[in-house]
Order: sequence, then structure tokens, then C-alpha cells
Amino acid sequence: MDKFTKLSAVAAPLPMPNIDTDMIIPQKHLKTIKRTGLGKFSFSNIRYHDDGSEREDFVLNQTAYRNAEILVTGENFGCGSSREHAPWALKDFGIKCIIAPSFADIFYGNCFKNGILPIILPQAVIDLLLDDASRGANAIITVDLERQEISGPDGGKISFEVDPYRRHCLLNGLDDIGLTLEKKDVIQDFEAKKRLSQPWLFKD
Amino acid sequence: MAKTLYDKLWQSHIVEQQDDGNCLIYIDRQIIHEVTSPQAFEGLRAAGRKLAHPDAMLAVPDHNVPTSADRATAVNAKDSQIQLDTLAENCAEFGVNYIPMLDARQGIVHIVGPEQGFTQPGMTIVCGDSHTSTHGAFGALAFGIGTSEVEHVMATQTLVLKRQKNMRIDVDGVVAAGITAKDIALAIIGEIGTAGGTGYVIEFTGSAIRDLSMEGRMTLCNMSIEAGARSGLVAPDQVTYDYVMGRPQAPKGAAFEQAVAYWNTLVTDDGSLYDKEIYLKAEDIAPQVTWGTSPENVLPITGVVPNPDDVRDAERKIAMQRALDYMGLDAGTKLQDVTIERVFIGSCTNGRIEDFRAVAEVVKGKRVHANVVAWAVPGSGLVKLQAEEEGLDQVLIDAGFDWREPGCSMCLAMNADKLGPHERCASTSNRNFEGRQGPKGRTHLMSPAMAAAAALTGHLTDIRSFEHG
Ligand code: SF4
Repeated sequence: MDKFTKLSAVAAPLPMPNIDTDMIIPQKHLKTIKRTGLGKFSFSNIRYHDDGSEREDFVLNQTAYRNAEILVTGENFGCGSSREHAPWALKDFGIKCIIAPSFADIFYGNCFKNGILPIILPQAVIDLLLDDASRGANAIITVDLERQEISGPDGGKISFEVDPYRRHCLLNGLDDIGLTLEKKDVIQDFEAKKRLSQPWLFKD
Repeated sequence: MAKTLYDKLWQSHIVEQQDDGNCLIYIDRQIIHEVTSPQAFEGLRAAGRKLAHPDAMLAVPDHNVPTSADRATAVNAKDSQIQLDTLAENCAEFGVNYIPMLDARQGIVHIVGPEQGFTQPGMTIVCGDSHTSTHGAFGALAFGIGTSEVEHVMATQTLVLKRQKNMRIDVDGVVAAGITAKDIALAIIGEIGTAGGTGYVIEFTGSAIRDLSMEGRMTLCNMSIEAGARSGLVAPDQVTYDYVMGRPQAPKGAAFEQAVAYWNTLVTDDGSLYDKEIYLKAEDIAPQVTWGTSPENVLPITGVVPNPDDVRDAERKIAMQRALDYMGLDAGTKLQDVTIERVFIGSCTNGRIEDFRAVAEVVKGKRVHANVVAWAVPGSGLVKLQAEEEGLDQVLIDAGFDWREPGCSMCLAMNADKLGPHERCASTSNRNFEGRQGPKGRTHLMSPAMAAAAALTGHLTDIRSFEHG
């Protein structure tokens, strides 16, 4: 997995609440058997006109935000489906960090597994960041996961919380399957006990 | 110390407690389908890993399958076909029990699991699909996961998780005639919102919940995710055991007795504390219908389309106006005056036998409105067979319904089954997001009986007035 340590990038403001997974990646683009290549379809319902041309009113189509790597957005971001296609599409599009007042649970977890850092901050702080982000390419925001700190374009600092295990995995680019497999013995012990107390669960 | 049902399920699956508050949780069962599994198998292969327990898995294609009568030879979109073929190949390679499309048991994952007895009380059950919450109806801890987690379970039979908080939603009393589990679910979402359950596992309690059949409980738990909760729970009881008993993968004989003895312990102890409690009176619940593009945009059928001017929060006002524009609705319009062109009966929310019985009861001897195209898509091949045995298919066909083959179909429009732009649909599915049933399609969520009534009248209809007049 890709590491996330420190990111200085343009932040795009997308203040809409309840941006759902179907909006992030419409279901007609889910028919892939790969993790990559979905970026061109991300937000396609709000990003393109019916004829495929770009909508100027969509923030990521505007020159200042084309290379945005941070999204500052509204509450309940990523609600809806469990499909990891949503973070895959965002990642493929170049988004590495999403800052919102709240996230849907499954989406939030999926971000970490794909090297994207989701950050939860109070609405009042989000409003400040949206204000910063509205200055486009002139407003580079720095997200430092090591120090759990965001620096605004004017040097203001905002600290954020993140689960220590997830932070550790993200900082080191660790594959958590590998980490869990190191605990094989504990898992096998658990299973052996379970076979005794609930034998009907085991068919092999 | 007194424990909630969720606490018991959680604690009994802890393999290891990590210092940082995360737990390694044992996963008893995983169901997979063609859309969210290919990348997980790809990951395993790339790392040279095997499945920890192929026996603890069940695979069935559902999202992409054609639902037309000629499904065996129907030309499926090339990319859909690749996903279907990939699932079959992966299951063969890794030794997973796979139910192919033309098997009578094929259907939507959340209908097939319970039908096969794969779903049992007390288990942890996962699937790369958010509506895995459905299986919580059995008193199992069931939740949707992303593909990376699918791969994690495949390789280790565990997940690294944080404990959720306990929420109780109590619906006491007796619902009025015509009110179903779907109305209860939508009323709850209307009450707490689509993020109301975020971070919680919801346990549904109260006499109105106890009175529900297994089908009804599944409908209710299915919609927990629409309230933001990854899992919903109903404590198992005799209704649950009667449903599970005799199913192909259920324990048999003495093992069943032993299982029931354990399942009987899966109740919330008296004096347990929930982090949040919500109370609804069953008598107060009217038939529900959504007007917007989020399940929380829901009102009793007697209501009118709300006015964005009445909303103070600026972002919410914009979101509401956007929803109304998308839905092509004007504030103040009576919901019952909204005309529809399509009807979809099906999905993992309402594609079970009871749902088709309810529809048949409403449409028997009547005709679908001339302006309406109505579809009935059974949730599984076994539901279809059962409905045909009961003659429900003929009742629906005589009324003018298209009686189709099982699959997710127009719930998410991944195959040929979709709404045309601006087409308005009375749907028994679970999501009314923009484009969910087809680009620019307009979805109104409701119960099967309500959707059936709308099919006959051509507009959203109050099932109560309909039945009595
Ligand atoms: S029926 Fe709809 S909600 Fe259910 S699994 Fe299929 S696509 Fe998902």
C-alpha cells in the first residue's frame, strides 16, 4: 500500500452534504475487475454534461483545482454502498486526503486501506478550510500525518485525531493482511476453542 | 454485568484485543458476489495467499445477471460477462461453493444466504455489500465491508475492527392494517436521518418488531445501513428457529438442539445500557414514501412535497432544491398526485415470498394502469418457484406485470434493467440516490403493497384508502 506521511497540495471545496458513493462513482462504471482506471469516471454525473463535455460549474473542472489532491467537503461524505470502487476512483483521480465534518463508516475505513487519509473536523473548522480552499491554486494546504496537523495557507495550524493503528499502517504503507497473518497462532487457538463450543459452525 | 445482544456477539468473537482499542474479530461466514470480489482474489493471487476457510464462504452472482426469460442465451454486456466469468473461475480455483446463474438457488446474496441456512444466529457474517445488515434479522452480527476487507477475511478469517456503540430502536404496539416492515424502516430513517445510526449497531426491539415475520425482520435490518448503521439486530426467537430449521446448511438433529440452546442466550440482558434509545409508537406509523434523493427524504403518503424555503440551513436548502429539481417535483404538490410510469417490485429489501403475496393480494383481478410498466423480479430462484407454486406469478401476469428471473435488476441498474431519463418509478428497493435506477431516473421508495397500488392507479396511492375503497 502507498504510504501517507505529509502532503502539500491544492484543496478543492465541495461543500455539499451527503455526497454518496453513487455520486462518487456511478454504478455503470463498477464493472471492472481491476482496482485502477476508475479516475476518469469519478463524479461523472456531476462532472460531465450528457454529451461528455465538462461542466464548468463543477469545482474539479476549474483550472485552479484540476490538480487538487485534497477535498474539503460536507457531512456524511461517502454514504451508501460499501463498494471500494469509490475510494479507488478518488485515488485514481489523484485525491489523497478528504476533510469533512463526518464520513459514512464503511467509506471511512475503505479510505485507509487505499492510502487515502480521511480527516474529521468540526463544521466551524471545515468552514475556515472551505474559505481557504476557495482561493484555489493560491492556497496550498499541508497535511502532516506524523504530527496530526494541518497548516493553512496563512500558516494557521489545525490538529486532528486519527486512530493510532490506522495511522501507523498509513505512515508505513503496511499491508494489514500481512500484519494479521503474523497472528496465525492466536487465530488458530481461537478457532480450536470455537470448534468445541459451537461445533455446528464447522463443516470441514 | 448486564450485556446487550451486540456486546455478546462482539465479545464472543474477539480473537485479540489490541492496545489501541482495535480488536481482531473472528468472522464465521463470508458471502461474495461478482462485483466486489474480483480485486480481492486478484490481491490474494498476487501475494501467493490461500483462503483460510473456503467452507465458510458462499458465492452467487446477482448484481449483473440478466433477468429476462432468455437469460441463458441473453447477450450480457461484455464487461458484465467478464465479472460473471471471473467469479466462476475464481471460485473454481480457490474451492468456494458457487451457485451459478442458471441454478434454481441463484438469487440476491442477502436472500440466498438465509434461504440456504448459511445465515444463522450468533454468527459474524460479512459480504462486500452494504446491505449485509439484512442478516442481522437472525441475531447475527452482519455488516458490509469493502473489497480490501473481503480479501482480509479470505486470507485470515478475521477483521481488525473497532467496537461500535449500542443503539436501541423500540417500536411498541401494533401497526395499522397495510403497514409493513418497510414502512417501519422508512419511518425510522425519517426520524433519525441517514447518518443517525453512524457508529452504532441498532438493535430493534418492541412488540411491533417481535410480531414481524423473518421476511419482515430482514426488510427492517436491510434498511439499517440507510440509517447509517452498518448492522441492525433482532434477537433470535422461535420465529427465527422455525425459519432456520431444515435449511440445507443449517445444523441438523442434536446439533440443531445444541445450537438453539446457545441461540437462546443471544438476548440483551435486563438492565443493559444503550448509548442511545429511540422510541416509536407502532400506531403512529403511516404508509411511507420518499420524495427526494436520499432515503431520509421520506414522508407519510398523506403529505405534500416540502418547500426548501422552510429550511434554514443554507447547504440543506440547496440540497433540497437540488433533490426537487432532480425529481421534477414542485413544493406543495400532494404526494398522492404524483404520477408514475414504472413499478419495480424486488431487491434484497422486498424481493421475498411475502412481498409477492402482498402484491398479488392488491392486484388480484385488476389491471396495471395503461401508462405504467410494472416489473416483478423475485429475489431468488427459490422465491420464484415458491411464488409459482402458489400461483402468484399468474395473478401478477394477468394484472399486466412482467414476471422476471431473479437478480438485483433495477435496484441498481447495473444490467439492462433500468429507468429511462426522467422516468418515475414506484420502487420497493432501498436507495433513491440520483441515477441509482438509471441515469436521471426518479425513484420513490415504498412498500410492496404501496407500489402495487401505484401500479394500478398510475400515481402514488395510500394503501389504506385503496383497500377500503
Ligand atoms: S438488491 Fe440492490 S441493494 Fe440489494 S444487493 Fe442487490 S444491488 Fe445491492
